[in-house]
Amino acid sequence: MDMPVRQAAAAALAITVNGEARRVEVDLRTTLLDLLRNQLGLTGTKKGCDHGQCGACTVLVGGTRINACLTLAVMHEGDEITTIEGIGTPAALHPLQRAFLDRDAFQCGYCTPGQICSALGMLAEAGAGEPSQATEDLAAETCELTDAEIRERMSGNICRCSAYPQILEAIRDVAATASGVGGAP
Amino acid sequence: MRPFTYERAETAAGAARAAAAPGARFIAGGTNLIDLMKLEIERPAHLVDVSRLPLAQIAETAEGGLRIGAMATNAAVASDRRVRTRYPVLAQALLAGASAQLRNKARIGGNLVQRTRCGYFYDPAKPCNKREPGAGCSALEGLNRTHAILGASEACIAVHPSDMAVALSALGAGIETVTPAGEARTLGIDEVHRLPGETPHVETNLAAGELVSAVTLPPPPEGRQSYRKVRDRASYASALFSLAIAGPALALGAVALKPWRAVAAEAALARGASAAEAAEAELAGARGRGRNDFKIALARRVIAAALQEGRG
Repeated sequence: MDMPVRQAAAAALAITVNGEARRVEVDLRTTLLDLLRNQLGLTGTKKGCDHGQCGACTVLVGGTRINACLTLAVMHEGDEITTIEGIGTPAALHPLQRAFLDRDAFQCGYCTPGQICSALGMLAEAGAGEPSQATEDLAAETCELTDAEIRERMSGNICRCSAYPQILEAIRDVAATASGVGGAP
Repeated sequence: MRPFTYERAETAAGAARAAAAPGARFIAGGTNLIDLMKLEIERPAHLVDVSRLPLAQIAETAEGGLRIGAMATNAAVASDRRVRTRYPVLAQALLAGASAQLRNKARIGGNLVQRTRCGYFYDPAKPCNKREPGAGCSALEGLNRTHAILGASEACIAVHPSDMAVALSALGAGIETVTPAGEARTLGIDEVHRLPGETPHVETNLAAGELVSAVTLPPPPEGRQSYRKVRDRASYASALFSLAIAGPALALGAVALKPWRAVAAEAALARGASAAEAAEAELAGARGRGRNDFKIALARRVIAAALQEGRG
């Protein structure tokens, strides 16, 4: 007989963040975003709209990109989270980070961690042949990342400074090299 | 966000039993529910987490169709090779909805029972019969550009926001559920959602605690499939109007509080009517409320153009 235990206002949680196993106590209302920022001090992930509309909070869960603001931390027991802090360091930039610098793909930079996490997830999705609304042949085994494909696949990330042309160029640079494909590091 | 208690369900029957309690809600992808909980429009006392139930498989049925577990993500269903090749209207509708991040999180069971995006439903400072029965509908005389033109009432003119459900309606999908008593039942997709009538807060014909467990697709219909979505932005925006075509079947989106199977248009086409006549037959009872009047002309033109295209 399954008799799941009703939990009180807080819960203990085991979660892996950027390769490091963490044990935390969370108020049940805590979103994954607030856990990362407020309890783990990983403020690279940004809070923009907090309603899933802007993409600034994009992180990778098991290599898949999601909005960290629209998910409860307690639902991620045992999950592996990758944030911008786990993607590269100033001394050893990820190719996407290098490309964003080279292409000047930001102005204020607030959306950039989300853009980079999203692009990383996007390259893995496209590498696995997953289609998008811009995919002309849904039956195709592989996906060619045309500009239209990149734009469509990145539509969940807003840049209010409107650096979109440079963001597109940066992602296109990385998509053109094998190093960008293959998902989370 | 209001405080709540939480449990992770281990079986579908256990989840349904737990969620039948007053104030309890299922949570799976959470992309709609958590948004509304932050606004305190949804105030569950207890959450039953069904996201890890083993209900995410996509399998062939004996009849030659597909059975898609309700916990499959929108992205997984849209990426499935069988869906892409045999049910392209469903893949297109899923890919036309939300953003990639949301599609990676949202589950198809939750997609069916998501709440409307009516701006007044989302604004606790304004009356809304869905939020507070009897309070009145602010959209009737308000900013109703995106609102219903079919099947609405004086109590509510909101629309259902799902793209996927429109494709499922055209495909004649079945919806499998598990009741709190642990019994399985199957509804047709067109039996799941209710028109508003006098009780717009009662949105589906599912009982409290009844868990959507799977979507079943009959064998693919003969003929063309397509999903056309018209909206203000090219991506990541709700439909102003959408049309799903699956062989001889048509369904309309963003016109009503449920996916709108266009039976009148289908019947007209079967009688040999022109595309324009078929559109006219479906929209004969359409009514605008001012700012959404344009949707009637939009619907008529999109239906006629899409059908015309199909005839080449």
